[in-house]
Amino acid sequence: MISGDVMIRLDRVSKHYPGQPAPAVAELSLDVPAGEIVVLLGPSGCGKTTTLRLINRLIEPSAGRILVDGEDVTRVDPDRLRRRIGYVIQQVGLFPHMTVAENIGLVPRALGWDRARIRARVDELLDLVGLSPETYRRRYPKHLSGGEQQRVGVARALAADPPVMLMDEPFGAIDPITRERLQDELLDLQARIRKTIVLVTHDVAEAVKLGDRIALFEPHARLAQYDRPAAILAEPANDFVASFVGSGAALRGLRLERVGALALEPVEVVRPGAAAVDRSARAVLLDDAGRPVRWASAGSRGAAGVAVVRTEDSVYDALDAMVRARDDAALVLDAHGDPVGALSWSTVVRRHPAGDSSPAPSFGDAR
Amino acid sequence: MTLTAQREESTRLSALGVLTTPALVVVAGAALLAYLRGQPLDAIERRSINVQVVLARLTEHLELVGLSTLLVIAIAVPLGVLLTRPRLRRLIPAVLAVANIGQAVPTIGVLVLLAVVVGIGTREALVALVLCSALPVLRNTMVGLQGIDRALIDAGRGIGLSRATVLLRVELPLAVPVMLAGLRVALILNVGSATLATFTNAGGLGDLINTGIVLNRTPILLTGSVLTALLALTIDWLVSLAEHVLRPRGL
Ligand SMILES: Nc1ncnc2c1ncn2[C@@H]1O[C@H](COP(=O)(O)OP(=O)(O)O)[C@@H](O)[C@H]1O
Ligand SMILES: [Mg+2]
Repeated sequence: MISGDVMIRLDRVSKHYPGQPAPAVAELSLDVPAGEIVVLLGPSGCGKTTTLRLINRLIEPSAGRILVDGEDVTRVDPDRLRRRIGYVIQQVGLFPHMTVAENIGLVPRALGWDRARIRARVDELLDLVGLSPETYRRRYPKHLSGGEQQRVGVARALAADPPVMLMDEPFGAIDPITRERLQDELLDLQARIRKTIVLVTHDVAEAVKLGDRIALFEPHARLAQYDRPAAILAEPANDFVASFVGSGAALRGLRLERVGALALEPVEVVRPGAAAVDRSARAVLLDDAGRPVRWASAGSRGAAGVAVVRTEDSVYDALDAMVRARDDAALVLDAHGDPVGALSWSTVVRRHPAGDSSPAPSFGDAR
Repeated sequence: MTLTAQREESTRLSALGVLTTPALVVVAGAALLAYLRGQPLDAIERRSINVQVVLARLTEHLELVGLSTLLVIAIAVPLGVLLTRPRLRRLIPAVLAVANIGQAVPTIGVLVLLAVVVGIGTREALVALVLCSALPVLRNTMVGLQGIDRALIDAGRGIGLSRATVLLRVELPLAVPVMLAGLRVALILNVGSATLATFTNAGGLGDLINTGIVLNRTPILLTGSVLTALLALTIDWLVSLAEHVLRPRGL
């Protein structure tokens, strides 16, 4: 199923906590491809955290093998192993008596780097997570917001440039607006650093947004489905998956599709003072600055202005904009802000007929 | 003033607060001197109340307090660290029970018992002092270490710090305020208890107090007891300064 390099391989791994009637993880096999974000998703208590902590040996497996980059981790010194594996937790766990720089520099120090190299690395990492080194280097954690703390937590995890990063509900304790932003930042960061990331969450929306793949767990870390997010939403492997991803699954799937990949209807642009020529096309009226004001044609009349989206926006965003504009079409702009067409409500809906998950073939898929 | 009240006060050091204790000590010391000057001292009193003798008793007292406290630190801190490690944690209740007995039995009882069983002398006095003051340091070491957020230790281990590094750089520094509060109690206990060392022939300011009582000489008794009180105040003040200096920044 996975063609590229496998960075992490769990091979029939089990974990039976002493005194527990059932194993927390039972015979789990899972391959995590290099450079991807794999999300471990499932209800609380299903063994996600246990699975994650087996990878960096914070928990020792009862049975099975775990390979990281081809090497059996049960044979290596756990402290050395963990310096090659970044670790981010929900509680962040920044040391309150150390400055931001000291927190980030701990692992490089343990690795014996010299001061100048540590300082340069700390500044580089702060820049990477979007915090200005001048401002944040000397701050103590209690003077940071929750979002800033988690950014420093990510920087600390990346300190020794590990190829692998493990994240246990990293945004679980953060308010929804900041969470969205941190998720976006993580995706930006990942586009630049291409780590192999295993991220635990119980939030389907987060899994769909962040995951290149989702491993959906039933209790005892039994793998219910391991696939691309779109496939899990569109073709749940069994009733458990279907009920876990829930009734909003089809809508969530729209977040994964770009407007630019759908067939757009032609739009005629009408400058101030000019009259629409081609009556068959939609026409949009622009103001002097080139901003859309309203539809000029009779067919479509947005009650609350023109819904405007960009080609790189998700189809979900386009529907959202249409609903807010109380219109059945959205004007689509390209990256330069020039109108390239209109996306109609029916195009979106017909593309997702009930009971049929495959896209209608008549709309050439540009993806 | 209760101990907790003193601690809260010491967290925010104001210039006035810092200077109150030394001022009090100086005033009380001057009052004692003035009282002794104004008193016609007889030969017996002069034999006890002179610079040489008083300094010798004070030095003995400080040695008893200093040595016993160092021993307490050397024993109770490592023991507290050991007992908070995951493997030994279940021994904590038993150890605390034993230590509580040491705390509950009066020092004088331990002293007498030791004198009867092993004899008298400075060493016996030190053993008694250590037995009676180890508990606050042991208990506060354990409480301080156990009060640390597990997520911090988890994060430390998770990013690849060894157990020793997590202990030395995370757990102990964060436990310092609680540990110092225990040390403060132990020191004050020792300053008071060391006055009983006179009964095992170990000297100290207790000699003056005892002589004053036995020979019915109020000036000698007063000199011994006032000096003990001033010593306790001074040491308490010094530890409060240490608490302020050693408190981890960022908390
Ligand atoms: N240290 C532990 N000792 C005993 N049982 C544990 C321990 N940690 C987790 N468990 C149990 O193992 C199961 C899986 O837990 P966990 O991996 O934390 O689940 P999740 O992260 O998916 O919520 C749960 O039933 C939990 O009670
Ligand atoms: Mg969990």
